[in-house]
Amino acid sequence: MSGAEAVDLPPAEALREWLATMLLIRRFEERAGEMYARAKIGGFLHLAIGEEAAIVGSARALRPTDYLVSTYRSHGHALVRGTPPEAVMAELFGKADGCSKGRGGSMHMFDGKRRFMGGYGIVGGNLPIAGGLALSSAYTSKDEVTLCTLGDGACNQGTFGETMNLCALWRLPIVFLVTNNLFGMGTALERHSAVTELRARGEGFGVPGVRCDGMDVIDTYQKVCAAIARARSERRPMLVEAITYRFRGHSMADPERYRTREQVQEWRARDPIETFPARLIAEGKLDQGALAELQSRARQAVDQAVDFAERSPFPAPDALYDDIYVLGDQVRGSYSLRTTEPHEGGPSERSELAGDGEIARQITAALATGQEARASALELPEAPVGGAEQEAGS
Amino acid sequence: MAELRYREALREALREEMRRDQRVFLMGEDIGVFGGAFKVTEGLLEEFGEQRVRDTPISENSIVGFGIGAAMAGLRPVVELMTINFALLAFDQIVNHAAHIHYMFGGQTRVPLVIRMPQGAGHQLGPTHSHCFEALFAHVPGLLVAVPSTPADAKGLLKAAIRDENPVVFIEHESLYSERGEVPEDPDALVNFGSAAIRREGSDVTIVGVSRMARTATRAAQALADSEGVSAEVIDPRTLRPLDLETILASVRKTNRCVIVEEGWPHGGVGANLAALIAEQAFDYLDAPIARVSGADLPMPYSKVLEDIAYPHEPQVMRAALGTLGRQPARDGA
Repeated sequence: MSGAEAVDLPPAEALREWLATMLLIRRFEERAGEMYARAKIGGFLHLAIGEEAAIVGSARALRPTDYLVSTYRSHGHALVRGTPPEAVMAELFGKADGCSKGRGGSMHMFDGKRRFMGGYGIVGGNLPIAGGLALSSAYTSKDEVTLCTLGDGACNQGTFGETMNLCALWRLPIVFLVTNNLFGMGTALERHSAVTELRARGEGFGVPGVRCDGMDVIDTYQKVCAAIARARSERRPMLVEAITYRFRGHSMADPERYRTREQVQEWRARDPIETFPARLIAEGKLDQGALAELQSRARQAVDQAVDFAERSPFPAPDALYDDIYVLGDQVRGSYSLRTTEPHEGGPSERSELAGDGEIARQITAALATGQEARASALELPEAPVGGAEQEAGS
Repeated sequence: MAELRYREALREALREEMRRDQRVFLMGEDIGVFGGAFKVTEGLLEEFGEQRVRDTPISENSIVGFGIGAAMAGLRPVVELMTINFALLAFDQIVNHAAHIHYMFGGQTRVPLVIRMPQGAGHQLGPTHSHCFEALFAHVPGLLVAVPSTPADAKGLLKAAIRDENPVVFIEHESLYSERGEVPEDPDALVNFGSAAIRREGSDVTIVGVSRMARTATRAAQALADSEGVSAEVIDPRTLRPLDLETILASVRKTNRCVIVEEGWPHGGVGANLAALIAEQAFDYLDAPIARVSGADLPMPYSKVLEDIAYPHEPQVMRAALGTLGRQPARDGA
C-alpha cells in the first residue's frame, strides 16, 4: 500500500470520464483489429486490449504540461492524451491525416501539442529519450514530470539500467510505468527475467518501485499519482509496476502457443471494462442507462474514426521526401541520392512481410468468427517475419 | 584571425555558442572535472557549471538518447562520445531515433542535437579505438555529417552544427587535435554545411581527401608538384551529408581525373559512394578510371609497424594520382 494512502479519488464525473476513455480504447482496438483483417491496416498491429486500466489510470495522474512517452503499443496512449481517434485511425490506415502523416504507423504515434511524445518501435529505445525530456524539465526548472511506459520485456534492455542510473544520479522528475503483461512478446516473464518482481528492478539504481493492480484503474491511478507527486516534489525518479494482461496476441500475427486458453480466461474474468463499471454501479456513481450511453458513444466515436480514415487521402507521392531534414539557410548541397522522382508502380512480388500480414489476417478472421479454431492450428510459413515462437521452433 | 589548435578551436566554438544561447549544454564521459579525454572541453565546467557541463556515466546509448529527448523538448545538447568506436554502442539512438524522429513523427518535432566524436588511427589503440566510420553515418538519411580537417573548419562547422535544427554527427580526428591554424574570431563566422573547400588548385588530377586525409592529400599534391611536375587539385568535402557534389564534379570536369582518399574501409566506403556519383554524373569527362586510396580492409592492429601500413600516407596517394595519368613515380617509395 506504500505510496497510495494520500491520494484521494476524484469526483464521480471524472471516474465516468475514465470509463468512457477505457471504452473508447477498447472499441478502437477492436475495430483496428477488424480493419487489419480487412487489409486496411498494414505492417504490425499491437493491440492493448486488456490494458486499458493501466493506460487510463496512469495517464490521468498527469497534468497537461507533463510528458507521456509510450512504446510500440501506443494507440491507447495517444487516445488517453486526447489525440482525436480520427487521427490515430488515419495513421493506422497510412493516410495523410494520420497523427504522424502516415509515416509512423501503429508503433509511431505522436502528438506533440498534447505532450504525447511518441510511440517507439525499438524496445527500450524510449527510455533514454524520456530521461532527456525529464532532463529538460530539470534544466529549465519547470514543474513538469515525464511518465515513461515500458513493458516487462524492456526491463532487460541495457537502456533500462542506464536510464535508471542517470535519472537517479541527476535527480530527474520521471516516473517509469512498467506495464507487466507477463510476456515479452511470447516469452513468459519467468523465462525472460531472473528477478520477476520488476518493481524491484530499479532499486539497485536508486529508483524506488511499487506495484499496482494494472487491471484496476483506481489502484493504478492512486499508485501512479503518489509516484508522480514524489517525482515532482522531491525531483527524483520513481517506478510503478502495473500487473496487467493483454487479452489478444502480441501482434496480429501471433498464434499464442506460449499461453493456455485457461490463463486467458482467468484474466478475462478481471476485464477492466467489465469490473470498473460494475464497481461504479455498485457505488451508485453510474447506472445501466448511463453505461449504455457511454458504450454507444465510444462505438460512435470509433465509427467516425473509421469513416474519417477511409475518406482521408493517402500521402501524395511528392511528399515522400518531406521532413527528412529541417531545411535552413546554413545547410545546402546534396543530402541524399534522391532522384527527385518517387519510384513508380510499387512491388510486383509479395514481400515476406506481406505474407506475414496475410497469415495474421487469417488468424484474425478465424478469431473474429468466434469459432473455437485456435490460431495456432493455422499453418505458418517456413520463414515468417519476427516471431519468437517460430525462432524457438526452428 | 587567431592561431589556434584544432582542440582549442572546438573549445572556442562550444564556449561562444554556450555564451550565446542558454539552451546549449554539454554531456559526455569525463568532459567536466577531467577536462575531456582529448582536453577539448577543458575549462568549460569552471565557466558554465555542472548544469551545463555534465559528466556522465559510461552509457553511450543512453547519453545520446537523453540528448534526443532534451532536444525534442527545445534544448540544444552537445554530446561528446570518447571515440567513434564507442558510438557503435549508441547506434540505435543515433540511427533509429535521432535520424528518424523528425520524419517518422510527421515533422512535428525536431532533434537539434550535436554528437561529437573523434576517429582515426595512429596512436596504437588497436582494433576497438582506431577506426574511421564516417561512411556508416553518411549512409543514414536524417543525419548531417561533418568531418573537419582544419582548426577553422572545426570551429565554423561546430558552431553551424549547434545552430542547426537537425541531428549532426560531428566527426573529429584524434591526430588533428594539436594541429594549429588560423581561425576567425568573429563569433558569428560559420562554415556552412554542404560547402566543400578547395585546398589547392590544380589542373591535372582531382584528389578528394576526407577528414585527416584532406591534409595527407594536400601534402601529396605538394610532393607531386615538387617531384613529378603534376598539378593536383585537392578538395576537402568538409561535410558528407549534405555533400557538395557540385564542387567535386566541377573539378573533375576540369582535370578529367579523380583520386579519392579516405582512412576508412574500402567496401561501401565514402570513396565507393563518391566514385559511383562521379561515374554517374561526369563519366564523359573521365580520362581514366577513378582511383581510391583507403584504409586497409581489416581491424586496426596494435603493433606500430602494422598500424603504419594499414592507413594511407602520401606515397600511396601520389602513386594513385600518377596512375590516373598513366605514370609510375619517378623514384619508387616517393
